[in-house]
Amino acid sequence: MSAEQPFRVLPRVTEENAHFWRGGEQGQLQFLRCSACRTWIHPTSPRCPECLGKGLVVESASGRATVLTYTFNHQPWVPSADHPYPIAIVELEEQTGLRLMTNLVNLSNEDVAIGLAVRVVFEQREDVWFPLFEPADAALRRVGADPA
Amino acid sequence: MNELRRKATVSGIGQSEIGRRLMRNPLDLTLDACVAAIEDAGLRREEIDGLSTYPGAMGPGGFSGAGISDVHDALRLPLRWFNGGPEHPGQLGSVIEACMAVACGLANHVLCFRSVWEATYQGKGKRAGLGLGGGESSGGGYRASGMMEYTLPFRAYSAVNWIALFAQRHFHEYGTTREQLAWIALNARRNAGKNPSAIYRDPMTLDDYLSARMISTPLCLFDCDVPADGATAFIVSRPERAADLRREPLFVESVGCALKGRPSWDQFDDLSTMATRDAGPALWEGTELGPGDVDVAELYDGFSFITLSWLESLGFCGKGEGGAFIEGGERIALDGSLPLNTHGGQLSAGRLHGYGFLHEACLQLWGEGGERQVPGDPQVAVAAAGGGPLAGCLLLTKG
Repeated sequence: MSAEQPFRVLPRVTEENAHFWRGGEQGQLQFLRCSACRTWIHPTSPRCPECLGKGLVVESASGRATVLTYTFNHQPWVPSADHPYPIAIVELEEQTGLRLMTNLVNLSNEDVAIGLAVRVVFEQREDVWFPLFEPADAALRRVGADPA
Repeated sequence: MNELRRKATVSGIGQSEIGRRLMRNPLDLTLDACVAAIEDAGLRREEIDGLSTYPGAMGPGGFSGAGISDVHDALRLPLRWFNGGPEHPGQLGSVIEACMAVACGLANHVLCFRSVWEATYQGKGKRAGLGLGGGESSGGGYRASGMMEYTLPFRAYSAVNWIALFAQRHFHEYGTTREQLAWIALNARRNAGKNPSAIYRDPMTLDDYLSARMISTPLCLFDCDVPADGATAFIVSRPERAADLRREPLFVESVGCALKGRPSWDQFDDLSTMATRDAGPALWEGTELGPGDVDVAELYDGFSFITLSWLESLGFCGKGEGGAFIEGGERIALDGSLPLNTHGGQLSAGRLHGYGFLHEACLQLWGEGGERQVPGDPQVAVAAAGGGPLAGCLLLTKG
């Protein structure tokens, strides 16, 4: 992480979503999972969207994912030194469709690509651990990378 | 074939003054459009027995100038049916529901309206981006929830970021380029030059587009529509009640409001398209007409990529072929095979948020497009609105 962290809007953490937003405290990327049909569920729901089962448990995913798409945000919605910065949608290796919007970090902007293999890394603010993603390939990692 | 075919008509349209930072009361703007539409249909206001709007009253922010109760009370309407809220199949979903109401006999004449005053609100320095909620996040204490929970915390503050993610995936899968996408913006500007009420009318070149500052790759400034103040209104009437009115009624031939994928900006199964994928084909399920019968297309361009997505989803070209379809801008010009966004779209004529497209479709079918009138007496028009998880469309015919 770079010394100066950019501004982030915090999510409203509730009993239902705390496993996702605070799992990073233990270094875990957590989702609900159906104990009957084993479907991973995101965002949270009271029932499994596949089998409608109610037996949902919190489980840790590997944190290994692939970049499905990305954009570099140039617009200074909030002042920050790191424009343009990459926003991405990544898909976890556990299940097709298990995905989340995130930021790619610790890499050069020129290495951002659809299909890039990434792994989760957490950034803490107050009571929230944001799941961000960095290159799985150590050779591509740039700790505290500046924008390309 | 559904039961709605030719059971609703558009019998009148109205629009307020449109501009940047008009500094006018938003209900005042709304009523200008509503009263104009009632007069355009040749109706008396006591004959308006239905009222429908998107997204309904939302308080400050500029996103909605008036709700159902505001207009109901201001015009003292004797309503038999009304409907307003944000959870429609796109902005024009509120018109589609009015069509259903008259088709069912719940109302004879439904006044539909949409008003925005975002330019004035932004001019007061109160809205930096959709997700920043008028600056409340910077005051501490604000926490993202609902649809914003999984976007704002990742610094994706605006719909431009969310749409850019779809556009980039489309570029990746199909080789679509900025030089191709540019034609949505260039065509809109070309048409806006012939529309006296458009906001941006100066000519734009491909070089202007390519050298514009980037907002969220691959979308630049000219891929984003322009915030405006303005209101648009329609009268949707039962065909048997429209026959003797001032105007030749325009029949609603079909509507599309399907959404089969997940209703989400980031969880939709195919990231190279959007909810348009489901609403577009649904339009053709309700009619014997097809894409080849359309004489003019007014397709939402809150961001340019959305128009490309509608073109593909409505079957004007194949999936992934949108870039090649619009490239060069000849096919979509006023004298092309599919005249597109003939008033300049939201990109150049101003963000009237969906309703402007249906307004323009009606004008074109009535032959009142002025300098931008599509030649050849167009008979069939499609109007579509919405991007991301929002999508709804209507097919109109003359006679």
